[in-house]
Amino acid sequence: MSDIIRTDRPPEAAARKTGEFMPTLQLSTDHDLCPGCGEPLALRTVLESIVDLGMSQQCVGVIGIGCYTALTSIMDVDLIQALHGRAPSVATGSKRMRPETLIFTLQGDGDMANEGLQEVIHTAARGESVTCILLNNGVFGETGGHMTATTVIGQRTKNSLDGRDAAYHGHPIDMIGLLAPLGGTAYAARGSVHDAAGVAKTRRMVRRAFEAQLRGDGFSIVEILTMCPTGWFIPTEEGPDYLDTVMGEIHVTGEWKRDGQLLQQAADPPEAD
Amino acid sequence: MIESRGTVVIAAERCKGCELCIPACPPKVLRMSGERNAIGAEVPELLAGCTGCGACLLVCPDFCFEIYRFETPQTHPGAGAAS
Repeated sequence: MSDIIRTDRPPEAAARKTGEFMPTLQLSTDHDLCPGCGEPLALRTVLESIVDLGMSQQCVGVIGIGCYTALTSIMDVDLIQALHGRAPSVATGSKRMRPETLIFTLQGDGDMANEGLQEVIHTAARGESVTCILLNNGVFGETGGHMTATTVIGQRTKNSLDGRDAAYHGHPIDMIGLLAPLGGTAYAARGSVHDAAGVAKTRRMVRRAFEAQLRGDGFSIVEILTMCPTGWFIPTEEGPDYLDTVMGEIHVTGEWKRDGQLLQQAADPPEAD
Repeated sequence: MIESRGTVVIAAERCKGCELCIPACPPKVLRMSGERNAIGAEVPELLAGCTGCGACLLVCPDFCFEIYRFETPQTHPGAGAAS
């Protein structure tokens, strides 16, 4: 058809390049994550925020264990590999030794909420000036796709094939709801990469979290909801909609705490009658 | 006549065929082409009417899009996206 535009080479007409294939802090576009995975989108928000703040040469990432660990081979920042869930503690040590450095952790929901929940809670409560990035897809993707502590009610995983049942499997943990009220937390937000606007918003959240850290305000966390069509047993193109409607209903996106102030206060109990 | 304010370069060889770019495109000028690359994934193609907004770049997990904006918008005869 004549109306198909050639896209295998740059345009011949005078044009300005406004978007590169990959962030400048990325070494390669090659990775082995599944089709439709949301984690490379989250990686983009983190790497671009580091460049925006001019911290490329003064940045250390502490990486947990999960699918996203495979992305470390294409990240052009200094990295430390932590044990399962221990990234916030390694980050604490790194920040205390190098206080001028931007320190962030990259952790999955299995890593942060199941394997190392106490590490992140204590790091937040102490108000360590580190930023934790939580990539939440509701499954242990790397080890086969079983249920995590953040899997929402009704979500199908390898060991909740009929959907997570609260009576049998328990309830999901709302990580931002858990960490935001702690006194040491300066910034807490939850973003989602289900569409372009969501990625752009998430990038702003990551940047604000990094800025809070660099000001020395205290602990900052950004949870990023990511698609895992493989773990959810759905076609890749349905991933964003599932993320927005099923996960987004329980894990509400937006800024929860900014400059140390909670933004969504719990309602008062009704008057006794 | 259809006007394109921008265009994209698609690195089709590393596309995994997830189709996330198709609904993400605001002017709806991306569609699946029916052609497959070396790894067997169906790749997208571009119709006239691209605005160069970069939404496809933000949602592509495999870093397949590069965005260009024309100095002067390009016009194409015929229909672009199915309306």
